Amino acid sequence: MASVFSPPGFDFSNQLRNNFMAQKGLPLPKATSTGTTIVGCLFDGGIVLGADTRATEGPIVADKNCEKIHYITESIRCCGAGTAADTEFTTALISSNMELHGLTTGRKPRVVTAMTMLKQMLFRYQGQVGAALVLGGVDSTGPHLFTIAPHGSTDKLPYVTMGSGSLAAMAVFESGWKANMSREAALQLVKDAIAAGIFNDLGSGSNIDACIITASHTEMLRNVEMPNQRVEKERQYGFRRGTTAWKTENVRSLIVNEEITLLGGGDEMDTT
Amino acid sequence: MSIMDQNGGSVIAMVGKDCVAIASDLRLGNQALGVSSNFQKIFPVTDRIYLGLPGLATDVTTLKERFRFRVNMYTIKEEREIEPETFAHLVSSTLYEHRFGPYFCEPVMAGLSKTPSGGYKPFIAATDLIGCLNFAKDFVVAGTASEKLFGVAEGLWEPDLEPEDLFETISQTLMNAVDRDAYSGWGCVVHVLTKDKVITRTLKGRMD
Repeated sequence: MASVFSPPGFDFSNQLRNNFMAQKGLPLPKATSTGTTIVGCLFDGGIVLGADTRATEGPIVADKNCEKIHYITESIRCCGAGTAADTEFTTALISSNMELHGLTTGRKPRVVTAMTMLKQMLFRYQGQVGAALVLGGVDSTGPHLFTIAPHGSTDKLPYVTMGSGSLAAMAVFESGWKANMSREAALQLVKDAIAAGIFNDLGSGSNIDACIITASHTEMLRNVEMPNQRVEKERQYGFRRGTTAWKTENVRSLIVNEEITLLGGGDEMDTT
Repeated sequence: MSIMDQNGGSVIAMVGKDCVAIASDLRLGNQALGVSSNFQKIFPVTDRIYLGLPGLATDVTTLKERFRFRVNMYTIKEEREIEPETFAHLVSSTLYEHRFGPYFCEPVMAGLSKTPSGGYKPFIAATDLIGCLNFAKDFVVAGTASEKLFGVAEGLWEPDLEPEDLFETISQTLMNAVDRDAYSGWGCVVHVLTKDKVITRTLKGRMD
Protein backbone atom coordinates (compact mmCIF):
# COMPACT_ATOMS: atom_id res chain seq x y z
CA MET A 1 0.00 0.00 0.00
CA ALA A 2 1.17 3.50 -0.81
CA SER A 3 2.30 5.55 2.17
CA VAL A 4 -0.14 8.22 3.38
CA PHE A 5 2.67 10.13 5.11
CA SER A 6 3.36 13.48 3.51
CA PRO A 7 6.51 15.38 4.46
CA PRO A 8 6.27 19.09 5.32
CA GLY A 9 6.93 21.70 2.62
CA PHE A 10 5.89 21.99 -0.98
CA ASP A 11 4.65 19.01 -2.98
CA PHE A 12 5.93 18.85 -6.56
CA SER A 13 4.07 15.67 -7.59
CA ASN A 14 1.86 17.44 -10.15
CA GLN A 15 4.78 19.12 -11.94
CA LEU A 16 5.44 16.37 -14.49
CA ARG A 17 1.80 16.31 -15.55
CA ASN A 18 1.45 20.11 -15.55
CA ASN A 19 4.63 20.63 -17.60
CA PHE A 20 3.34 18.05 -20.08
CA MET A 21 0.08 19.97 -20.44
CA ALA A 22 1.95 23.27 -20.78
CA GLN A 23 4.06 21.66 -23.52
CA LYS A 24 0.85 20.74 -25.36
CA GLY A 25 0.21 24.47 -25.64
CA LEU A 26 -2.18 24.98 -22.71
CA PRO A 27 -0.92 28.01 -20.76
CA LEU A 28 -0.88 27.87 -16.95
CA PRO A 29 -3.70 29.94 -15.44
CA LYS A 30 -3.04 33.10 -13.41
CA ALA A 31 -3.24 33.14 -9.62
CA THR A 32 -4.87 35.94 -7.63
CA SER A 33 -2.50 38.84 -7.27
CA THR A 34 -2.82 41.88 -5.12
CA GLY A 35 -2.28 44.65 -7.72
CA THR A 36 -1.85 46.78 -4.68
CA THR A 37 -0.59 50.00 -3.22
CA ILE A 38 1.21 49.43 0.09
CA VAL A 39 3.19 52.02 1.99
CA GLY A 40 5.06 52.63 5.23
CA CYS A 41 6.12 55.85 6.92
CA LEU A 42 8.36 56.60 9.87
CA PHE A 43 7.30 59.27 12.37
CA ASP A 44 8.44 60.61 15.75
CA GLY A 45 7.76 57.59 17.96
CA GLY A 46 6.75 54.85 15.55
CA ILE A 47 5.59 53.56 12.20
CA VAL A 48 2.44 53.97 10.11
CA LEU A 49 1.66 51.25 7.56
CA GLY A 50 -1.00 51.62 4.88
CA ALA A 51 -2.67 49.47 2.22
CA ASP A 52 -5.56 49.47 -0.24
CA THR A 53 -8.07 46.58 -0.21
CA ARG A 54 -8.39 45.37 -3.81
CA ALA A 55 -7.41 41.87 -5.00
CA THR A 56 -7.30 41.22 -8.75
CA GLU A 57 -7.27 38.21 -11.08
CA GLY A 58 -5.98 39.63 -14.34
CA PRO A 59 -8.46 42.40 -15.22
CA ILE A 60 -11.14 41.12 -12.79
CA VAL A 61 -11.59 42.48 -9.25
CA ALA A 62 -11.62 39.24 -7.22
CA ASP A 63 -12.06 40.76 -3.74
CA LYS A 64 -13.25 44.30 -3.04
CA ASN A 65 -12.28 44.42 0.60
CA CYS A 66 -9.33 42.10 1.39
CA GLU A 67 -6.81 42.59 4.19
CA LYS A 68 -3.22 43.26 3.16
CA ILE A 69 -1.72 44.26 6.50
CA HIS A 70 -0.64 40.97 8.06
CA TYR A 71 0.14 40.22 11.71
CA ILE A 72 3.76 39.25 12.46
CA THR A 73 3.98 39.95 16.21
CA GLU A 74 2.15 42.32 18.55
CA SER A 75 4.42 45.25 17.55
CA ILE A 76 5.44 44.15 14.03
CA ARG A 77 3.15 44.13 10.98
CA CYS A 78 3.77 43.39 7.31
CA CYS A 79 2.02 44.65 4.17
CA GLY A 80 1.99 42.27 1.21
CA ALA A 81 1.92 42.83 -2.56
CA GLY A 82 2.34 40.38 -5.43
CA THR A 83 0.93 36.84 -5.56
CA ALA A 84 -1.80 36.93 -2.89
CA ALA A 85 -1.38 33.34 -1.68
CA ASP A 86 2.40 33.82 -1.35
CA THR A 87 2.12 36.97 0.79
CA GLU A 88 -0.53 35.28 2.94
CA PHE A 89 1.41 32.07 3.61
CA THR A 90 4.88 33.65 3.85
CA THR A 91 3.79 36.14 6.50
CA ALA A 92 1.83 33.44 8.38
CA LEU A 93 4.91 31.18 8.45
CA ILE A 94 7.25 33.94 9.62
CA SER A 95 4.69 35.10 12.21
CA SER A 96 4.62 31.55 13.60
CA ASN A 97 8.43 31.34 13.66
CA MET A 98 8.68 34.77 15.34
CA GLU A 99 6.31 33.63 18.10
CA LEU A 100 8.48 30.54 18.70
CA HIS A 101 11.64 32.70 18.56
CA GLY A 102 10.21 35.03 21.19
CA LEU A 103 9.38 32.06 23.41
CA THR A 104 12.86 30.47 23.13
CA THR A 105 14.82 33.69 23.66
CA GLY A 106 12.47 35.11 26.29
CA ARG A 107 12.73 38.54 24.68
CA LYS A 108 10.47 40.63 22.50
CA PRO A 109 11.50 39.71 18.94
CA ARG A 110 13.06 42.47 16.81
CA VAL A 111 12.03 43.81 13.42
CA VAL A 112 15.44 42.92 11.88
CA THR A 113 14.82 39.29 12.92
CA ALA A 114 11.55 39.20 10.97
CA MET A 115 13.24 40.97 8.06
CA THR A 116 16.11 38.45 8.00
CA MET A 117 13.75 35.45 8.22
CA LEU A 118 11.65 36.84 5.35
CA LYS A 119 14.58 37.72 3.07
CA GLN A 120 16.28 34.38 3.65
CA MET A 121 13.11 32.51 2.80
CA LEU A 122 12.41 34.61 -0.32
CA PHE A 123 16.05 34.33 -1.50
CA ARG A 124 15.92 30.54 -1.04
CA TYR A 125 13.01 30.41 -3.50
CA GLN A 126 14.85 32.62 -6.05
CA GLY A 127 11.87 34.92 -6.64
CA GLN A 128 9.51 32.01 -7.35
CA VAL A 129 7.58 32.91 -4.18
CA GLY A 130 6.21 36.19 -5.48
CA ALA A 131 5.91 38.27 -2.32
CA ALA A 132 6.83 41.98 -2.24
CA LEU A 133 6.62 43.17 1.34
CA VAL A 134 6.68 46.30 3.48
CA LEU A 135 7.72 45.37 7.00
CA GLY A 136 7.40 47.78 9.91
CA GLY A 137 7.52 47.65 13.68
CA VAL A 138 8.91 48.92 16.94
CA ASP A 139 11.32 46.99 19.18
CA SER A 140 13.91 47.68 21.91
CA THR A 141 16.13 49.42 19.34
CA GLY A 142 13.39 51.78 18.15
CA PRO A 143 11.11 51.96 15.10
CA HIS A 144 12.21 50.26 11.86
CA LEU A 145 10.82 50.20 8.35
CA PHE A 146 11.91 47.83 5.55
CA THR A 147 10.91 46.75 2.08
CA ILE A 148 11.61 43.19 0.96
CA ALA A 149 11.58 42.39 -2.78
CA PRO A 150 10.53 38.94 -4.09
CA HIS A 151 14.17 37.93 -4.75
CA GLY A 152 15.17 38.72 -1.17
CA SER A 153 16.81 42.12 -1.36
CA THR A 154 15.93 44.63 1.34
CA ASP A 155 15.91 48.39 1.88
CA LYS A 156 15.76 50.38 5.11
CA LEU A 157 14.21 53.80 4.52
CA PRO A 158 12.14 56.42 6.38
CA TYR A 159 9.27 56.16 3.86
CA VAL A 160 8.59 53.32 1.43
CA THR A 161 6.02 52.20 -1.15
CA MET A 162 5.48 48.92 -3.01
CA GLY A 163 3.12 47.29 -5.50
CA SER A 164 1.67 48.51 -8.80
CA GLY A 165 0.57 51.78 -7.16
CA SER A 166 4.02 52.45 -5.70
CA LEU A 167 4.77 55.28 -8.15
CA ALA A 168 1.57 57.16 -7.36
CA ALA A 169 2.12 56.70 -3.64
CA MET A 170 5.82 57.64 -3.79
CA ALA A 171 4.94 60.88 -5.61
CA VAL A 172 2.84 61.87 -2.58
CA PHE A 173 5.62 60.91 -0.15
CA GLU A 174 8.30 62.77 -2.10
CA SER A 175 6.29 65.98 -2.06
CA GLY A 176 4.82 65.75 1.43
CA TRP A 177 7.25 63.87 3.69
CA LYS A 178 9.18 65.73 6.39
CA ALA A 179 11.54 64.47 9.08
CA ASN A 180 10.12 64.03 12.62
CA MET A 181 6.47 64.23 11.67
CA SER A 182 3.72 63.92 14.27
CA ARG A 183 1.56 60.79 14.47
CA GLU A 184 -1.45 62.62 12.97
CA ALA A 185 0.58 64.14 10.11
CA ALA A 186 2.14 60.75 9.29
CA LEU A 187 -1.27 59.01 9.25
CA GLN A 188 -2.68 61.71 6.96
CA LEU A 189 0.29 61.39 4.58
CA VAL A 190 -0.12 57.60 4.47
CA LYS A 191 -3.85 57.97 3.77
CA ASP A 192 -3.09 60.45 0.96
CA ALA A 193 -0.46 58.12 -0.52
CA ILE A 194 -2.85 55.13 -0.55
CA ALA A 195 -5.64 57.33 -1.97
CA ALA A 196 -3.27 58.33 -4.79
CA GLY A 197 -2.77 54.62 -5.53
CA ILE A 198 -6.50 53.83 -5.30
CA PHE A 199 -7.52 56.56 -7.73
CA ASN A 200 -4.58 56.53 -10.17
CA ASP A 201 -3.58 52.85 -10.33
CA LEU A 202 -6.02 50.32 -11.82
CA GLY A 203 -4.54 47.47 -9.78
CA SER A 204 -5.47 49.24 -6.53
CA GLY A 205 -8.88 50.27 -5.29
CA SER A 206 -11.70 50.28 -2.70
CA ASN A 207 -10.81 51.26 0.88
CA ILE A 208 -7.83 52.36 2.98
CA ASP A 209 -6.40 50.21 5.77
CA ALA A 210 -3.80 51.66 8.14
CA CYS A 211 -1.82 50.49 11.14
CA ILE A 212 -0.05 52.69 13.67
CA ILE A 213 2.68 51.01 15.69
CA THR A 214 4.32 52.69 18.69
CA ALA A 215 6.47 51.24 21.49
CA SER A 216 3.52 50.81 23.83
CA HIS A 217 0.58 50.23 21.52
CA THR A 218 -0.43 48.91 18.08
CA GLU A 219 -3.57 50.33 16.52
CA MET A 220 -5.04 48.51 13.51
CA LEU A 221 -7.29 50.88 11.60
CA ARG A 222 -9.29 48.61 9.29
CA ASN A 223 -11.10 50.61 6.59
CA VAL A 224 -10.16 54.03 8.09
CA GLU A 225 -11.35 55.66 4.93
CA MET A 226 -14.01 54.24 2.59
CA PRO A 227 -14.00 56.59 -0.40
CA ASN A 228 -15.63 54.10 -2.77
CA GLN A 229 -18.84 53.07 -1.02
CA ARG A 230 -21.48 51.82 -3.42
CA VAL A 231 -24.60 53.99 -3.55
CA GLU A 232 -27.74 52.22 -2.45
CA LYS A 233 -29.72 50.56 -5.22
CA GLU A 234 -32.76 52.60 -6.18
CA ARG A 235 -34.90 49.53 -6.77
CA GLN A 236 -35.19 45.98 -5.53
CA TYR A 237 -34.09 43.35 -8.00
CA GLY A 238 -35.58 40.31 -6.25
CA PHE A 239 -37.55 37.76 -8.26
CA ARG A 240 -41.11 36.72 -7.54
CA ARG A 241 -41.18 33.28 -5.95
CA GLY A 242 -41.79 30.59 -8.55
CA THR A 243 -39.90 32.42 -11.32
CA THR A 244 -37.39 29.61 -11.76
CA ALA A 245 -38.72 26.34 -13.16
CA TRP A 246 -37.16 23.27 -11.55
CA LYS A 247 -37.32 19.59 -12.41
CA THR A 248 -36.53 17.68 -9.24
CA GLU A 249 -36.44 18.55 -5.57
CA ASN A 250 -34.80 16.76 -2.68
CA VAL A 251 -35.13 17.97 0.91
CA ARG A 252 -32.65 16.60 3.41
CA SER A 253 -33.88 17.20 6.96
CA LEU A 254 -31.15 17.88 9.52
CA ILE A 255 -33.49 17.45 12.48
CA VAL A 256 -33.00 14.15 14.25
CA ASN A 257 -36.32 12.65 15.30
CA GLU A 258 -36.16 10.12 18.10
CA GLU A 259 -39.17 8.10 19.04
CA ILE A 260 -39.12 5.76 22.02
CA THR A 261 -41.25 2.68 21.68
CA LEU A 262 -41.86 0.87 24.95
CA LEU A 263 -41.64 -2.88 24.80
CA GLY A 264 -43.78 -5.10 26.97
CA GLY A 265 -46.92 -4.11 28.87
CA GLY A 266 -45.57 -1.32 31.04
CA ASP A 267 -43.91 -3.61 33.60
CA GLU A 268 -40.42 -2.22 32.86
CA MET A 269 -38.06 -1.41 35.71
CA ASP A 270 -38.33 2.21 36.81
CA THR A 271 -34.99 3.79 35.79
CA THR A 272 -35.82 7.44 36.43
CA MET B 1 -7.34 28.33 -24.01
CA SER B 2 -6.19 27.49 -20.52
CA ILE B 3 -6.09 24.16 -18.69
CA MET B 4 -8.84 25.52 -16.46
CA ASP B 5 -11.19 25.71 -19.48
CA GLN B 6 -10.55 22.15 -20.73
CA ASN B 7 -13.67 20.57 -19.17
CA GLY B 8 -15.77 23.69 -18.47
CA GLY B 9 -18.05 24.29 -15.49
CA SER B 10 -18.92 27.04 -13.02
CA VAL B 11 -19.93 27.39 -9.38
CA ILE B 12 -21.49 30.25 -7.37
CA ALA B 13 -22.31 30.65 -3.67
CA MET B 14 -24.46 33.34 -2.04
CA VAL B 15 -25.34 34.47 1.47
CA GLY B 16 -28.95 34.98 2.57
CA LYS B 17 -30.74 35.61 5.87
CA ASP B 18 -29.69 32.73 8.17
CA CYS B 19 -29.10 30.61 5.07
CA VAL B 20 -26.61 30.08 2.25
CA ALA B 21 -26.93 28.73 -1.28
CA ILE B 22 -24.42 27.10 -3.59
CA ALA B 23 -25.13 26.23 -7.22
CA SER B 24 -23.32 24.86 -10.25
CA ASP B 25 -23.86 23.73 -13.81
CA LEU B 26 -23.72 20.02 -14.67
CA ARG B 27 -21.59 19.99 -17.83
CA LEU B 28 -18.49 17.93 -18.40
CA GLY B 29 -16.91 18.59 -21.76
CA ASN B 30 -13.78 17.92 -23.73
CA GLN B 31 -13.12 21.43 -25.04
CA ALA B 32 -16.17 22.21 -27.24
CA LEU B 33 -17.55 18.65 -27.20
CA GLY B 34 -20.10 17.89 -24.50
CA VAL B 35 -19.50 14.57 -22.73
CA SER B 36 -21.82 14.45 -19.71
CA SER B 37 -24.81 16.46 -18.50
CA ASN B 38 -24.72 15.01 -15.00
CA PHE B 39 -21.24 15.82 -13.74
CA GLN B 40 -21.60 16.86 -10.11
CA LYS B 41 -19.13 19.54 -8.99
CA ILE B 42 -20.69 20.23 -5.59
CA PHE B 43 -20.06 17.79 -2.75
CA PRO B 44 -21.37 17.67 0.81
CA VAL B 45 -18.49 17.76 3.32
CA THR B 46 -20.55 17.70 6.51
CA ASP B 47 -24.29 18.24 7.05
CA ARG B 48 -23.70 21.99 7.01
CA ILE B 49 -20.75 22.44 4.61
CA TYR B 50 -20.96 22.10 0.83
CA LEU B 51 -17.90 22.34 -1.42
CA GLY B 52 -17.94 23.28 -5.11
CA LEU B 53 -14.97 22.34 -7.29
CA PRO B 54 -14.95 23.82 -10.80
CA GLY B 55 -11.89 23.29 -12.96
CA LEU B 56 -10.02 20.41 -14.55
CA ALA B 57 -12.26 17.35 -14.06
CA THR B 58 -9.43 14.96 -13.11
CA ASP B 59 -8.44 17.32 -10.30
CA VAL B 60 -12.08 17.78 -9.25
CA THR B 61 -12.26 14.05 -8.57
CA THR B 62 -8.80 13.86 -6.98
CA LEU B 63 -9.40 16.82 -4.68
CA LYS B 64 -12.86 15.60 -3.67
CA GLU B 65 -11.27 12.37 -2.40
CA ARG B 66 -8.32 14.22 -0.83
CA PHE B 67 -10.63 16.49 1.15
CA ARG B 68 -12.79 13.53 2.17
CA PHE B 69 -9.66 11.85 3.55
CA ARG B 70 -8.45 14.97 5.37
CA VAL B 71 -11.89 15.79 6.83
CA ASN B 72 -12.26 12.18 8.03
CA MET B 73 -8.82 12.36 9.72
CA TYR B 74 -9.81 15.67 11.34
CA THR B 75 -13.11 14.22 12.61
CA ILE B 76 -11.36 11.18 14.11
CA LYS B 77 -8.58 13.20 15.78
CA GLU B 78 -10.79 16.02 17.09
CA GLU B 79 -13.84 13.87 17.83
CA ARG B 80 -16.11 16.59 16.41
CA GLU B 81 -17.30 17.85 13.04
CA ILE B 82 -15.16 20.41 11.23
CA GLU B 83 -16.36 24.03 11.22
CA PRO B 84 -16.63 25.89 7.88
CA GLU B 85 -13.87 28.41 8.79
CA THR B 86 -11.51 25.55 9.68
CA PHE B 87 -12.43 23.68 6.52
CA ALA B 88 -11.70 26.77 4.42
CA HIS B 89 -8.16 26.86 5.86
CA LEU B 90 -7.79 23.12 5.25
CA VAL B 91 -8.69 23.67 1.59
CA SER B 92 -6.36 26.67 1.38
CA SER B 93 -3.31 24.89 2.83
CA THR B 94 -3.94 21.72 0.79
CA LEU B 95 -3.81 23.80 -2.39
CA TYR B 96 -0.81 25.87 -1.27
CA GLU B 97 1.13 22.68 -0.59
CA HIS B 98 0.96 22.28 -4.37
CA ARG B 99 2.11 25.85 -5.03
CA PHE B 100 4.67 24.77 -7.63
CA GLY B 101 2.57 22.15 -9.41
CA PRO B 102 -1.01 23.14 -8.69
CA TYR B 103 -4.35 21.36 -8.98
CA PHE B 104 -6.38 23.23 -11.59
CA CYS B 105 -9.39 23.83 -9.35
CA GLU B 106 -10.86 26.92 -7.74
CA PRO B 107 -12.89 25.69 -4.75
CA VAL B 108 -16.01 27.50 -3.53
CA MET B 109 -17.38 26.74 -0.07
CA ALA B 110 -20.75 27.44 1.52
CA GLY B 111 -21.77 26.50 5.02
CA LEU B 112 -23.41 27.43 8.29
CA SER B 113 -21.06 27.86 11.25
CA LYS B 114 -22.14 27.40 14.86
CA THR B 115 -22.27 30.52 17.02
CA PRO B 116 -21.55 30.42 20.80
CA SER B 117 -25.25 31.10 21.46
CA GLY B 118 -26.22 27.92 19.60
CA GLY B 119 -27.41 29.57 16.40
CA TYR B 120 -25.99 29.31 12.89
CA LYS B 121 -24.15 32.00 10.91
CA PRO B 122 -23.90 31.91 7.09
CA PHE B 123 -20.39 31.41 5.72
CA ILE B 124 -19.05 31.47 2.16
CA ALA B 125 -15.49 31.45 0.85
CA ALA B 126 -13.53 30.81 -2.31
CA THR B 127 -9.86 30.29 -3.10
CA ASP B 128 -7.78 30.60 -6.26
CA LEU B 129 -5.92 27.56 -7.60
CA ILE B 130 -3.00 27.99 -5.18
CA GLY B 131 -5.13 28.54 -2.08
CA CYS B 132 -5.53 32.29 -1.59
CA LEU B 133 -8.68 32.61 0.53
CA ASN B 134 -11.42 35.09 -0.27
CA PHE B 135 -14.02 35.52 2.47
CA ALA B 136 -16.84 37.52 0.95
CA LYS B 137 -19.92 38.83 2.71
CA ASP B 138 -22.19 38.66 -0.35
CA PHE B 139 -21.28 36.10 -3.03
CA VAL B 140 -18.34 34.19 -4.52
CA VAL B 141 -17.95 32.72 -8.01
CA ALA B 142 -15.53 30.48 -9.90
CA GLY B 143 -15.19 28.57 -13.16
CA THR B 144 -15.30 29.30 -16.88
CA ALA B 145 -18.34 31.61 -16.52
CA SER B 146 -16.88 33.49 -13.52
CA GLU B 147 -16.66 36.83 -15.36
CA LYS B 148 -20.32 36.67 -16.35
CA LEU B 149 -21.31 35.44 -12.89
CA PHE B 150 -19.53 38.41 -11.26
CA GLY B 151 -21.53 40.82 -13.41
CA VAL B 152 -24.96 39.25 -12.97
CA ALA B 153 -24.50 38.59 -9.25
CA GLU B 154 -23.33 42.17 -8.64
CA GLY B 155 -26.60 43.36 -10.13
CA LEU B 156 -29.06 40.86 -8.65
CA TRP B 157 -27.77 40.05 -5.16
CA GLU B 158 -29.31 41.87 -2.24
CA PRO B 159 -28.87 41.39 1.51
CA ASP B 160 -31.09 39.35 3.85
CA LEU B 161 -32.89 37.16 1.32
CA GLU B 162 -35.11 34.41 2.75
CA PRO B 163 -34.25 30.84 1.59
CA GLU B 164 -36.96 30.77 -1.10
CA ASP B 165 -35.97 34.22 -2.43
CA LEU B 166 -32.28 33.30 -2.31
CA PHE B 167 -33.09 30.24 -4.42
CA GLU B 168 -34.65 32.45 -7.11
CA THR B 169 -31.77 34.94 -7.08
CA ILE B 170 -28.97 32.36 -7.25
CA SER B 171 -30.81 30.29 -9.89
CA GLN B 172 -31.43 33.28 -12.16
CA THR B 173 -27.86 34.53 -11.66
CA LEU B 174 -26.37 31.16 -12.56
CA MET B 175 -28.65 30.39 -15.50
CA ASN B 176 -28.30 33.81 -17.14
CA ALA B 177 -24.51 33.80 -16.76
CA VAL B 178 -24.09 30.21 -17.91
CA ASP B 179 -26.25 30.77 -21.02
CA ARG B 180 -23.61 33.26 -22.23
CA ASP B 181 -20.74 30.82 -21.58
CA ALA B 182 -20.11 28.13 -24.18
CA TYR B 183 -18.20 25.89 -21.74
CA SER B 184 -20.78 25.89 -18.90
CA GLY B 185 -24.42 24.81 -18.85
CA TRP B 186 -26.16 21.52 -19.73
CA GLY B 187 -28.29 21.67 -16.58
CA CYS B 188 -27.92 23.28 -13.16
CA VAL B 189 -28.17 22.15 -9.55
CA VAL B 190 -28.88 24.43 -6.57
CA HIS B 191 -28.44 23.64 -2.86
CA VAL B 192 -29.99 25.93 -0.24
CA LEU B 193 -28.72 25.33 3.30
CA THR B 194 -30.86 26.42 6.23
CA LYS B 195 -30.50 25.59 9.90
CA ASP B 196 -32.83 22.59 9.78
CA LYS B 197 -32.77 21.39 6.17
CA VAL B 198 -30.91 21.29 2.87
CA ILE B 199 -33.04 21.82 -0.25
CA THR B 200 -31.53 20.50 -3.50
CA ARG B 201 -33.18 21.33 -6.80
CA THR B 202 -32.23 20.68 -10.42
CA LEU B 203 -33.22 23.49 -12.74
CA LYS B 204 -35.00 23.54 -16.06
CA GLY B 205 -32.83 25.49 -18.48
CA ARG B 206 -31.23 25.51 -21.91
CA MET B 207 -29.47 22.33 -22.95
CA ASP B 208 -27.33 23.69 -25.81
